[in-house]
Amino acid sequence: MANPTPVAPEGRPRGNLAQRLYAAFDSPGRRRALHLVLLAILIVTPWLSSQYVTVILTNALLYVVLCLGLNVVVGYAGLLDLGYAAFFAVGAYTIGILTQQFGFNFWAAIPFALLAAALAGVIIGGPTLRLRSDYLAIVTLGFGEIVRFTARNLEITGGASGLSHIPEPSLFGWYIDSSIDFYYVFAALAVLAYIASQRLFDSRLGRAWLYVRHDEDAAEAMGINRVAVKLAAYVIGAIFGAVGGIFFSVNLGAISPESFSFQQSVLILMAVVLGGMGKIPGVILGAFIVVLGPELLREFDTLRLLIFAVLLLLIMLFRPSGIWPEKRS
Amino acid sequence: MTWYDSLLQQLADGLVLGSFYALVALGYTMVFGVIKLLNFAHGDLYMTGAFAGFGGLSLVSGVLGAGWLGIFVAMLLAMLAVGCLGVVIERIAYHPMLAAPRLSILITALAVSLVLQNAALSLTGGQYTAFRTDLGFGGLSLGNLFISYNQIVLVATAAVLMIALELFVSKTLYGRAMRAVAIDKDMCRMLGINVSAVIAITFFIGSGLAAAAGTMAGAYYGSIWYFMGFLIGLKAFTAAVIGGIGSITGAMLGGLILGLLESFGTHIPFIGSEWKDVFTFAILILVLVFKPTGLLGKSEVERM
Amino acid sequence: MLLQLNQVSLSFAGNSVLDEVAFGVAAGRIQSLIGPNGAGKTSLFNVITGFYRPQRGEITFDGERLVKRKPHSVTRLGIARTFQNVRLFREMSVLENVMAGQHCRSRAGALAAVLRLPSQRAEERRIRETSLECLDFVGLADSQERLATNLAYGHQRRVEIARALATEPKLLLLDEPAAGLNGSEKEALVELIRRIRDERGIAVLLIEHDMSLVMSVSEHISVLDHGSLITEGTPQAVANDPRVIEAYLGQDDEELAL
Repeated sequence: MANPTPVAPEGRPRGNLAQRLYAAFDSPGRRRALHLVLLAILIVTPWLSSQYVTVILTNALLYVVLCLGLNVVVGYAGLLDLGYAAFFAVGAYTIGILTQQFGFNFWAAIPFALLAAALAGVIIGGPTLRLRSDYLAIVTLGFGEIVRFTARNLEITGGASGLSHIPEPSLFGWYIDSSIDFYYVFAALAVLAYIASQRLFDSRLGRAWLYVRHDEDAAEAMGINRVAVKLAAYVIGAIFGAVGGIFFSVNLGAISPESFSFQQSVLILMAVVLGGMGKIPGVILGAFIVVLGPELLREFDTLRLLIFAVLLLLIMLFRPSGIWPEKRS
Repeated sequence: MTWYDSLLQQLADGLVLGSFYALVALGYTMVFGVIKLLNFAHGDLYMTGAFAGFGGLSLVSGVLGAGWLGIFVAMLLAMLAVGCLGVVIERIAYHPMLAAPRLSILITALAVSLVLQNAALSLTGGQYTAFRTDLGFGGLSLGNLFISYNQIVLVATAAVLMIALELFVSKTLYGRAMRAVAIDKDMCRMLGINVSAVIAITFFIGSGLAAAAGTMAGAYYGSIWYFMGFLIGLKAFTAAVIGGIGSITGAMLGGLILGLLESFGTHIPFIGSEWKDVFTFAILILVLVFKPTGLLGKSEVERM
Repeated sequence: MLLQLNQVSLSFAGNSVLDEVAFGVAAGRIQSLIGPNGAGKTSLFNVITGFYRPQRGEITFDGERLVKRKPHSVTRLGIARTFQNVRLFREMSVLENVMAGQHCRSRAGALAAVLRLPSQRAEERRIRETSLECLDFVGLADSQERLATNLAYGHQRRVEIARALATEPKLLLLDEPAAGLNGSEKEALVELIRRIRDERGIAVLLIEHDMSLVMSVSEHISVLDHGSLITEGTPQAVANDPRVIEAYLGQDDEELAL
């Protein structure tokens, strides 16, 4: 007489809170409702908060764009990029140079900035994506430093003090200049980055990144060109970074090499890892944590970065998939 | 100054620089050899070594003075302390990750690096710390060429350490075990070699050598700070790659080559000293792309 | 011949693995490659599929030269393979695994995906349908949502075959497809291999140690020993060839159980 093992009753969601949450928003209608609520919050927030908070949130939204971009490289394709700030820099400096020194209109300069970043991605990724993953990490780090040193040493980039008086962009006679204007610009960019990330993830290319990350040989045997697929991830990441840099430069009106240091690359990477590599909501959460965290830890001053570093180490040791829960148990 | 005087001067400067690079590169290459990990925290162990040497010197300078004798003793203390730190790091952070995906262990190594760096930042407030010694400025003048005694002692110390390492690796049981572990860990386990102990010793020696370089650099340049390990870490890695990662002789050779390249490279017209670091990274990228096995490294089985 | 190898030689660090191997696989034929352990069978697969580059020799497939092609490009030409020890994408669903095979038969890029162009959506639908059809062909359509790693071993092997079929090959290379299967699963495998050829017209070349399976399913057998092709022919001719018996002497007896 075998005693049947207890079976969970049909129809009732199982698993922990996060999985139940995932299950609750599994239907397209509910997901759309959730998106609309979040969008509404995004829209009304600046009207309810001080200018200081708006500026901080704008910065967080910039990081959402950058982190979603790096997530394509690290989270989807599994490539460790330690020089991601370089693409951020390429976007910002191209805009700065073209608008300020060559009198380009801001909008006309954007395609050049995107092209420059994509080109930089191909130049550095093309020859190095065949390398072992740790070599790639160090090459990207070296590349990041090369870009920063170059910006510091050239005249056209304004040397160590950088470029200032980058003109504000205007759209049909309306100048984008207040902090609320820029909040909405970055909110729109973050939403676009979110949609693009999601769509890429659900596409043929998105699956190919996962295949290559899981088993390069098996992926090759299925007819996937792993170098081409990795290069695509790298270039797409570069374009996200450049988009962030383009609007970053006009938001501040001034850029200097130190905005694009190794620490910047590390901070973006930290957000991606903390939130959970490859998980879009997790990465967005991570971006908010690395921007808002230091504001909340302001009294700890120099300890702030140490706290983040220890947190990163603990995450890697005890929860390498990040703080955002898995969809599947 | 005639052209060959200037050549010799740069040779001397390059040798000093190359000694630092070689000592740090050795740690990279040894660790890479036994656990195939690029230890991002290695440059920060060099930095930690500089601070440990600074602490050691303030302990012993009352009795031994802050001349070369005091510095030597401080250096030995720093090597011991940082060597142990390296072992602890391996046990806590890397050991549990050895079976995890590569990306995870690389990020872990980066996290360790950030912890060391920011711990030093918190302790020093990000300020430079003066590394006061009683070292003089005397030296040998040969025509227009000037080599300070400090440079001579420094290069000689580095050479002694490297010769000692070479003897350890080639002549002792542990050295042989280290080379065996680098080739096939599983086979070593079956043969009864304590692989964990070999890995620990490797970390101890690699970290100790970085600490020696850190202490000497502190004494030689006169100041230390929390970020000093970043650039040298990158450059020493470059040196290890030039020599062929995994090869101990290669790391020494690579360090010297890189030191000389930098010393000469910055005197080439159009490459001012402000481009020195760009020059180094360009070399790194070129070597990795065109000859990833370096000068003395062994190639892995060729695959497409 | 669909696939033709001419004087293919491969060595690693001076050790010869394949020595002037020459043989062919005809279109629509079920053929086996047998030989003792270490004879170089899997290396031969790796040479054909572009994972190893032979030092000498020529390989042609359907009028195209294969040597120097990367694995993905060989697959695109119409050769699919499975691996000796199953290599599924373990943490992905069964259907997602099979969809990998359709990658080389589709083309939408990043921009099309981000803009959700109609052509991209149609292509995604087609990828899904074709993959489901392949999964159905091996009898596992019901398991499409499950994680590959949670499947029974025999089913994982079938998913791997479905994934290979999704590349729409002309030739399918199976590396020890029966390893680890029980008796009834082996019978089902024989049937599946026949259906792959009969219903889809795909030629099959398999490496296998189970001689009764090899004898029952193959129309042609090639025998490899120490990196050289020692004989080939019909199952009866090969089974009675003294050279084959000699090559297997000293091997495990079960491999000789004809």
